[in-house]
Amino acid sequence: MMPDISIILETLLIVVKAFIVTMVLFVMPLPLTWLERKIAGHIQVRLGPWRVGPHGVLQPFADMIKLILKEDILPYKADRFLFVLAPVLSMVPAFAVYAAIPFGESFKIPGIEREMTLYLTDMNVGVLYILAVSGLGVYGMIFGGWASNSKYALLGGLRSSAQMISYEIALSFASIGVVMMANSLSLVDIVKAQGGSLLNWNIFYLPVGPIWFAVFMIGGFAESSRIPFDLPEDEGTLSSGFHTEYSGMKFAFFMLAEYIAMVTISVLSVIMFFGGWNAPFNIPLPIPPIFWFVGKVAFFIYVFMWVRFTLPRYRYDQLMNIGWKILIPVSLVNILLTGFMRIG
Amino acid sequence: MEQLFFYIFAITAVVAAILVVSMRNAIHSAFFLIVCLLQVAAIFVLLRSPFLAAVQVFIYVGAVMVLFLFAVLVLDVGKEAFREHMHSQSVPSLVMVAALLVIMGFMMFSGKLTVPPGAYNEAALAKNTEVIGRAVYTKFVFPFEVVSLLLLIALIGAVVLVMRERGKGADRNKPEDI
Repeated sequence: MMPDISIILETLLIVVKAFIVTMVLFVMPLPLTWLERKIAGHIQVRLGPWRVGPHGVLQPFADMIKLILKEDILPYKADRFLFVLAPVLSMVPAFAVYAAIPFGESFKIPGIEREMTLYLTDMNVGVLYILAVSGLGVYGMIFGGWASNSKYALLGGLRSSAQMISYEIALSFASIGVVMMANSLSLVDIVKAQGGSLLNWNIFYLPVGPIWFAVFMIGGFAESSRIPFDLPEDEGTLSSGFHTEYSGMKFAFFMLAEYIAMVTISVLSVIMFFGGWNAPFNIPLPIPPIFWFVGKVAFFIYVFMWVRFTLPRYRYDQLMNIGWKILIPVSLVNILLTGFMRIG
Repeated sequence: MEQLFFYIFAITAVVAAILVVSMRNAIHSAFFLIVCLLQVAAIFVLLRSPFLAAVQVFIYVGAVMVLFLFAVLVLDVGKEAFREHMHSQSVPSLVMVAALLVIMGFMMFSGKLTVPPGAYNEAALAKNTEVIGRAVYTKFVFPFEVVSLLLLIALIGAVVLVMRERGKGADRNKPEDI
């Protein structure tokens, strides 16, 4: 029995798409580290990387070579099994999230009359899937911290587990708000609901939109453990937290996961609040939707870096207070408000 | 094809479940419990209930196990390492396991556990979440509310217990000190 040719093509297309997404995500941290250091430099009135290549653009490659060649240290009395597994555990969920993230609507490939979608799947539980899977990355931190057999790493792991639990609630509430505004759990439908013009974007769904966005962004900063919420890897008190004992490629995997988490939060905020690939207003020029998408995501990545080098780090009790005593009550009230607005 | 995936997930789940109880280290047990729960979520996907699968990953793997690990991490498991496994309960536990196997086997082979699937089509399956939501808020609204009350009571109970502990120990174990 020979399967239908279109089924083979379809499968091949999915494999190719998954491969492209994975490769892009793998390469993404290279320009991002350079950008991050460059932006840090300019915010702090210095040049940033300068010596390797023009304006230091080759610096990430130098870093990569360094990380590959570095000795891979396994600490004495570390738990071998989990120590080796932890970087993978933090990296795989970061990639798996992208199975459900849409980058644009479907379009016809010129030449062969085939429709191609710019996403791997349009799940009808997309938002839930992304929240669930992106939350799994914390196991890399917890197991890595524990397996290192180091006090700093263990404390880093503990902090990250408590932080994840606290802020995932706020993040989920914000997503529930978006789901209520769009009437769907599918990310494609959420973007479609924001079509038309700027005023249809969820951020402009007054008065609840901006509040949801603030809750989502704060939760997102905490989920990707970036400053001001990077307590799990607080250099001041924990040397470098859960990955203190990691070196070489294992360390690189943790970094990769962290950068991808940052990109994920940027992508999600664009999809959920800023209209995804919709243009802000009608422009009579043939600008492809992916341009808007990438542009908006790039802006949010910049915001992440901007915040990192502008704000100081919170103390741990402040972190817990913000999560439990501000974000969650605000979300609960906001859910009620959104509900009333949807009825009215 | 689907059968193949089912067996992969099912065998992994069973092996992981056995490892959960046979590992000497609590953290390793927790890890295999996570593996087991993820396989169960995968089986939910095969059963055409993506909502249940996502919730399984979200609640059990994403939240419950993180809290569980948080508690296990602060224990000094390195030294304990669970020297004694059965705690001198090997005979009762074996009897119980045998009894459970017999009952489940009987149920399965007499056809009391297998129910023919209800009528479904692809269009209805695509609205999985909507169907669940409608059922919960209309037909099963009373049990749903009872469950939510139960959860609320548990929540308040936890807070009350912590408050009492606080009063006695004079802030000795503040959670903020981590």
